[in-house]
Amino acid sequence: MVTSTAHVRRIAAEVPDPEMPMIGIGDLGVLRDVVVEDDGRVVVNLTPTYSGCPAMEAIRADVLARLAEHGVHDAEVRLVLAPAWSTDRITPAGRAALRRHGIAPPGPAGSGPVPMQLTVRCPQCGSPDTRELSRFGSTACKALWTCSACHEPFDHVKAL
Amino acid sequence: MRSGNANSGTRWADAELTARAQPLVEYTLRLADDALVLSQRLGEWITRAPELEEDVALANIALDLLGQARALLTYAGQTEGAGRDEDALAYLRDDREFRNVLLVEQPNGDFAVTMARQLVFAAYQYELYDRLRASADQTLAAVAAKAVKEVAYHREHAALWVRRLGDGTDESRLRMVAGLDAIRPFVDELFDTDDLISQLGAVAVDPADLREPWAAYVDAVLIDVGLELPDPDHTARGGRLGLHGEALGYLLAEMQHLHRSHPGASW
Repeated sequence: MVTSTAHVRRIAAEVPDPEMPMIGIGDLGVLRDVVVEDDGRVVVNLTPTYSGCPAMEAIRADVLARLAEHGVHDAEVRLVLAPAWSTDRITPAGRAALRRHGIAPPGPAGSGPVPMQLTVRCPQCGSPDTRELSRFGSTACKALWTCSACHEPFDHVKAL
Repeated sequence: MRSGNANSGTRWADAELTARAQPLVEYTLRLADDALVLSQRLGEWITRAPELEEDVALANIALDLLGQARALLTYAGQTEGAGRDEDALAYLRDDREFRNVLLVEQPNGDFAVTMARQLVFAAYQYELYDRLRASADQTLAAVAAKAVKEVAYHREHAALWVRRLGDGTDESRLRMVAGLDAIRPFVDELFDTDDLISQLGAVAVDPADLREPWAAYVDAVLIDVGLELPDPDHTARGGRLGLHGEALGYLLAEMQHLHRSHPGASW
């Protein structure tokens, strides 16, 4: 079978993030690129969100399983560290999906390592009257926030 | 595997031989072991932190450090070329073979002691990784570029707590002062330089160059709440040569026990 790069990329991009299953690894920016080598072997390059992200092993296995379901058996997943992942890699569609599921998407990461914090809007009621409860949330990439208008807590993907 | 009964003089000599033969491996182990040992220490706080959010925060910081350690240990093993992977290096080395500074192996103490150490260490690691991004070694540069963004959050987390405790109740202030006293003897070792560093040239970051920017950050946090890093009544060193306190032995016993009892176990 002829395997096109674009085809394999579409399949891999749909693999959901295990901790935020409303978003695929394509929209999350974890899928860096796909290379189909001359002998037909497929190499999928992934970049971890955080150095210690425990989801990477699950994502690797899920990518290989999903490719196998689509008849791509000769595949390999490689981890690429540079350039480092940034929340700026999350696509507009990915941000919309996060917001729909009650997770406030990140602001721009900017050039400095700790970006300026812009107002985080409550993903439930849309109010800008929110505050941070804890810089570290349910996963490495999220902070815990609460909304002063609707009094609901929510996760916010930290700009990185 | 080397005999566990070899006397310390022999082991130390072995380590120095290795360091001379493979400076990049030795340097990478220094970076990796600092992260690994502190990660293990911070993990001890889980279920014991003053509030649930801190359990989560310290666990997340520990996880970042563990991720950094894994990448660095893997690279050290590949560079060494003796077939040791990250697990072999983390679980099958004895304390004399660890290259971490003494600061990270010290027992946690109370929350203020841990926050004093977090401030000092995260501020150090931030300046280190920030410069290591420009390393002539591409792998170290890539690990550093990723890690510096994580450590920026660690540093900020510690700074917030040091300010809060220093500017809180009489009790919290007393504890913060005692916390800074407790870790002070182990601070200077962070900035020690040696032949290995000069040998590696543009691959390594000279720890001595970090002292000034580190002090600027830490002092600014402390001055804000009327605290200061005390002058040390003594300083302790030796971690980079594998000369550790007994605290590291207990830490490694807990960390390595499962892997050594059941080699290759997975679940």
